[in-house]
Amino acid sequence: MEKFSAWSLARNALTGHRRWSRQWRSPEPKRHYDVIVIGGGGHGLATAYYLAKNHGIDNVAVLEKGWLGGGNTGRNTTILRSNYLWDESAALYEHSLKLWESLSRELNYNVMFSQRGVLNLAHNTSDVRAGRRRAEANRLNGVDSSWLEPDAVKDICPILNTSVDLRYPVVGATYQPRGGTARHDAVAWGFARAADERGVDIVQNCEVTGIRREGGRVTGVETSRGFVGAGKVAMVTAGHSSVLAEMAGFRLPIQSHPLQALVSEPIKPVLDTVVMSGAIHVYVSQSDKGELVIGAGIDSYNSYAQRGSFHVVEGQMAALVELFPMFARLRMMRNWGGIVDVCPDASPIIGKTPVEGLYLNGGWGTGGFKATPGSGWLFAWTIAHDEPHPINAPFTLERFTGGALIDEHGAAAVAH
Amino acid sequence: MLRISCPWCGVRDETEFHYGGQAHIARPEDPDALTDAEWADFLFMRDNPKGAFAERWMHAAGCRRWFNVKRHTVTHEILAVYRPGEPAP
Repeated sequence: MEKFSAWSLARNALTGHRRWSRQWRSPEPKRHYDVIVIGGGGHGLATAYYLAKNHGIDNVAVLEKGWLGGGNTGRNTTILRSNYLWDESAALYEHSLKLWESLSRELNYNVMFSQRGVLNLAHNTSDVRAGRRRAEANRLNGVDSSWLEPDAVKDICPILNTSVDLRYPVVGATYQPRGGTARHDAVAWGFARAADERGVDIVQNCEVTGIRREGGRVTGVETSRGFVGAGKVAMVTAGHSSVLAEMAGFRLPIQSHPLQALVSEPIKPVLDTVVMSGAIHVYVSQSDKGELVIGAGIDSYNSYAQRGSFHVVEGQMAALVELFPMFARLRMMRNWGGIVDVCPDASPIIGKTPVEGLYLNGGWGTGGFKATPGSGWLFAWTIAHDEPHPINAPFTLERFTGGALIDEHGAAAVAH
Repeated sequence: MLRISCPWCGVRDETEFHYGGQAHIARPEDPDALTDAEWADFLFMRDNPKGAFAERWMHAAGCRRWFNVKRHTVTHEILAVYRPGEPAP
């Protein structure tokens, strides 16, 4: 594997950048693997990488039905933060944020991690109460988070309209300075390259169509390219978790919904932080290319269509223009939808399943991207040890039977 | 935007309706007799098919009555609309 550095960049510049080596192989699937990871998104690729790196399990395949990062990894709005309310969630997302902080170096791949800060706006009394409580809970958990009055919000984001005349005025915000963004494609590619280097087979255009079991134990998967045997199988197919679970014969507390986003034409730098509003359903940041990346709320109905209704976009743009009047004349260039798996408590499921040797990572709802490295790290640990790590032990499927739900609807920041 | 035919008011825009999730989930006759797993199944576990799905809608900005819709979750085509108490077609 060619190491990326200033030296390799300079050397390849001399040959017109035509001689860079391929970043990962494209192998035919073998007949049997120790572990098969279903789903070549960020979480699946991170799982494979940490299986090889942390646990020495490198006879691993990642099976992806389309192309790497072509699902939710390439469709999210790239926001990272860890300011969740409950202790369990703060531990989960902060573990991930700490991995983000050294990820580019770890992978020798620039994921364009940018700690530009995240503002979560409050618009009414209950938002203020919830926001202040969440900021205090974050601080008790060692997460950098504070409560800001409108003047302080305006100092951080001068183009934000903090006039009291708004229909939904900005009456404060929580602020996490260590939050920010990363380039989502680069995260998938960086993990893919690093996993491939450690011997993981990444197989694209290989759709899993069935999960073979014998005596309650998984033995492999049926795919569009034939049967592949495995000692353990890990499902990381957020959006389609229920479809995979049905193949394996059990049900999940998950519903799939479209979540839309769009980008504007590129403009000069105007917004150097991330602004989110759960109450009026919009969140926005500016990419390094200059495009505004804008997310909406989910469509109410179940869908696998990767598109949503136009009235959701209309509401999102109305909220955006009220908060940022200067964006009113911007043209929007692209609009798309992803399919998010939503759990009743807006928290993910990472753990074992009723089938022995079959593991599940899903139900991330509207906020899985921020957890990519931490999710892969914990899921790899869970697969290697056949039991959840203490950080993801509260996030198993059993919580729905035991009743210990982890309600993060407030911190999820996208209404669902 | 979906166009949904309310059984009482006729075809209207989706924005007049409120979504109610999976249809035909009967409340257990005797909740105290259920195990934790059975109660969790009733409370949280849901079908989430990629294909035809029977779901509930309520005409929130109209007659405010609940009804059932069978809809395809990939094409969004509405396959049937029927009143509560009627069997799924």
